[in-house]
Amino acid sequence: MTPTLGAAGEVVLSVAHVAVRFGGLVALSDLNFKVFDGEIVGLIGPNGAGKTTAFNVFTGFLQPAAGEVRYRNTLLNGLKPHDIAALGLVRTFQRTSIFACNTVFENVLIGLHRRGRSRLWDTLLALPREKVAEAELANAAREILRVVGLEGRAQDTAGTLPYGEQRLLGMALALAAKPSMLLLDEPVSGMNASESAKVMRLVQTTRASGVTILLVEHDMPMVMQVSDRIVVLNYGRIIAEGSPAVIQKDPDVIRAYLGEGKKRA
Amino acid sequence: MKRALPAIWLVVLLTIPLWLQDQYILHVLITTGIFIIAAMSLNLLLGYTGQLSLGHVAFFGIGAYASALTTLGFDIELFGFRVVHQPWPAIAGLFVGMLVAGLSGYVIGRLSFKVRGAYFVIVTISFAEVTRLVALNWVELTQGPLALTNIPPYTLGFPGLGNYTLWNKAAYYYLVLALGLVAYVVISRLVGSRIGRAMIALKENETLATSVGIDVTRYLVLAAVLSAAMAGGAGSLYAHYLKIIDPDIFLFIYTVTMVIMVITGGKGTLAGPIVGGVIFGFLPVILRPFAAPAVQWILYGALMIVIVFMLPQGIIPALQHAIANWSGPTRDRSGALLAGSAKPGEGQ
Amino acid sequence: MEFAATVLILTCTYALLAAGIVILYKAGRVVNFAHGELYAFGAYTVYLVVAALGINFFLGLVVAIIAGALLGAVIELVLLRPMRGADIDTVMLVMIGAWIVMQNTELLIWGGVAKAIVTPFSDAPLVIGPVSISWLRVFVLAAALLLIVTTYVLIHRTKLGKAMRATFQDADTAALMGVNIKGIFTATFAIGSALAAAAGALLGPVFLVTPTMGDLASLKAFAIVILGGLGNITGATLGGFILAFVEEIGAGYISSGYRDAMGFLIIIIVLLFKPTGLFARAERVG
Repeated sequence: MTPTLGAAGEVVLSVAHVAVRFGGLVALSDLNFKVFDGEIVGLIGPNGAGKTTAFNVFTGFLQPAAGEVRYRNTLLNGLKPHDIAALGLVRTFQRTSIFACNTVFENVLIGLHRRGRSRLWDTLLALPREKVAEAELANAAREILRVVGLEGRAQDTAGTLPYGEQRLLGMALALAAKPSMLLLDEPVSGMNASESAKVMRLVQTTRASGVTILLVEHDMPMVMQVSDRIVVLNYGRIIAEGSPAVIQKDPDVIRAYLGEGKKRA
Repeated sequence: MKRALPAIWLVVLLTIPLWLQDQYILHVLITTGIFIIAAMSLNLLLGYTGQLSLGHVAFFGIGAYASALTTLGFDIELFGFRVVHQPWPAIAGLFVGMLVAGLSGYVIGRLSFKVRGAYFVIVTISFAEVTRLVALNWVELTQGPLALTNIPPYTLGFPGLGNYTLWNKAAYYYLVLALGLVAYVVISRLVGSRIGRAMIALKENETLATSVGIDVTRYLVLAAVLSAAMAGGAGSLYAHYLKIIDPDIFLFIYTVTMVIMVITGGKGTLAGPIVGGVIFGFLPVILRPFAAPAVQWILYGALMIVIVFMLPQGIIPALQHAIANWSGPTRDRSGALLAGSAKPGEGQ
Repeated sequence: MEFAATVLILTCTYALLAAGIVILYKAGRVVNFAHGELYAFGAYTVYLVVAALGINFFLGLVVAIIAGALLGAVIELVLLRPMRGADIDTVMLVMIGAWIVMQNTELLIWGGVAKAIVTPFSDAPLVIGPVSISWLRVFVLAAALLLIVTTYVLIHRTKLGKAMRATFQDADTAALMGVNIKGIFTATFAIGSALAAAAGALLGPVFLVTPTMGDLASLKAFAIVILGGLGNITGATLGGFILAFVEEIGAGYISSGYRDAMGFLIIIIVLLFKPTGLFARAERVG
């Protein structure tokens, strides 16, 4: 399945009139947008615009006060995070993104949970088909580590990895869960140029394998370079959307950023 | 050498009744073994799945009472109906005990998902306390403080060889050893599997676990049920060994004993509960000639505090670090998930 | 009407105990398993002072409260301060260890036989209309109320209280503002312990003094705190009332053996429907 860009593809994620309120604070007021199959969409906006809240709603960690989120036409409202992951919508986290006390290899094995199908009796009786299943998972884990470039670190304890590699491991975890759409939460925050480049390449190869991607980022050069389309969030609603070239010149967007006094964006 | 060590232990354990004269020490070995099984079950819930369940003795006691009542029979009035149960063979009690305990584990497991953190600790303690009060007050069923007595020992039927009733200590010792090994193997297989990984994941980082598709409730409940069933089995063993069971079995102090065993030995490790169990099972024996019970308990309390201060991860992990530092950078092939395998594992 | 009087008394003393726990929890997220032991300590101190040394009962109360505060401070300094930042189960174990040591020390010193504390109150009860209540219980009620009010005032109207509340909310910021965090934690623990000791000292004469008296008391205190939510002193007081009420009714209509179980059952049921307690505000627990 060759991924097609833009409106020609089917709608994978549809967000309609989503609102989230925390007591008196309105985090998302009226969120509307769509993500099409095979796209890489960048979600940007000043700090506090509601990007992480949006992610939390999409992945079931937060229930919206209003509105609907649909993934490939399945209504996500009311579903638990693990159910949503089972549908193929997987996210990464910006902080606490790994299982620190386990080795890198074990981390990926955990991420592969969805791919396994073990029954209690098989496990307890150590039946051959259990061993076969485990061997398959181990192979899959090694492959994923190779794809993200961490195979040399397989036996290291995840918590001892440098920050950049921990984030890579976080992505490996998400990839292991066999996503058809990936939500990346600030994938390159805190990284240097070469680490960011690695992540960018990974994002592109992942999309090439058929996974739709929605990412949140503050690193403008990176987002502009890797995204097919940009969606801009401010004060809980979308204020602009379009190709990177268009967005960079959009006066509302520029005002949103400079108006907040943010120079970095 | 490392692989041979567990086998050597096993051989030693197998031969003990052949040369050990002191029946009292044999008795201690048996009760310690039973408590080690209970501690291993607690380790599954507390150590591997990270649930601070402090009512574990409830499962132990429920298993004991269920088993005893199954084999003694009962005749009670419940909501106006007469409920009569004829005595079943003792060995059936073991399975009934595990079943009933497992059911109560299900309840606790479902609860633990709704009620988190410190509240959960308090709820589990309350649960154990309620069970104790029920056992104490429902005299018609449990004889209350007068205790259930004359609990028959297990009778094992060997086809072709006839029946064998476990009257003497040596036989019981082997039974406990065998079931202990089974329990160990069950846990070790579980924690090294996909199911075990899910449990460990939800202990370490529940949000992350759920985001990769792990159904947290399901695995919490599973851990609770398995843990409770195993504890219930240990309880049944206890009831049919002592042949008498009273509501004191539900006292918080027994939960504390199990918790001490698990945490000082090393929670989340396979050998931890065994090491902890041996220490706190035999300490009373060693101290008996010197100190009154109250003094002994003061020593345990102090010892527990000291161990927690000095070796917060427990004894086994501390030993592992020491060995790792001493023997240089050789990597453990089996990885961190099976850490603590100083005893027989299964070809891992 | 005897019923109402008993309920009221139990409420206040439970509330005292619970208040102590709430304070300690707010301070360091510590679920204090040794709390019941401070309760017993308070009772034994009064016993020591009154029975063994023959000193006045009221003085004994004061001594108990002060001694309780001191013991609490010592426990905090020796056991909890070095553990700051450790796993919750590790801290829990240390407190359980302290509980074991304290209870068995009492067992060793005083033996397991229950001790009675003689008070200067006359045996003739106070009669108000249809209500007949012993002077001792009146005193206990008054003293408990006084202590609860004092604690409330201390926390909400004094400078120390302000520092405490600041530390509870955000220890780091409080430290930056010049609050001596370590001192506050110690003081908080001392106050919570003093409350527990006071509860024990007051209830000691009403019931009897045994080494295990703390166990049931602290279990109930936890129960109350749950009913009221772990962060809330007012809730703890209300919870105390509910528990006392339910227990007395339970003892009346169902058999009194199950009386203690009533409270626990209520807790389990409440938590099933409201996992953060009846009156909790949006608290992040655990």
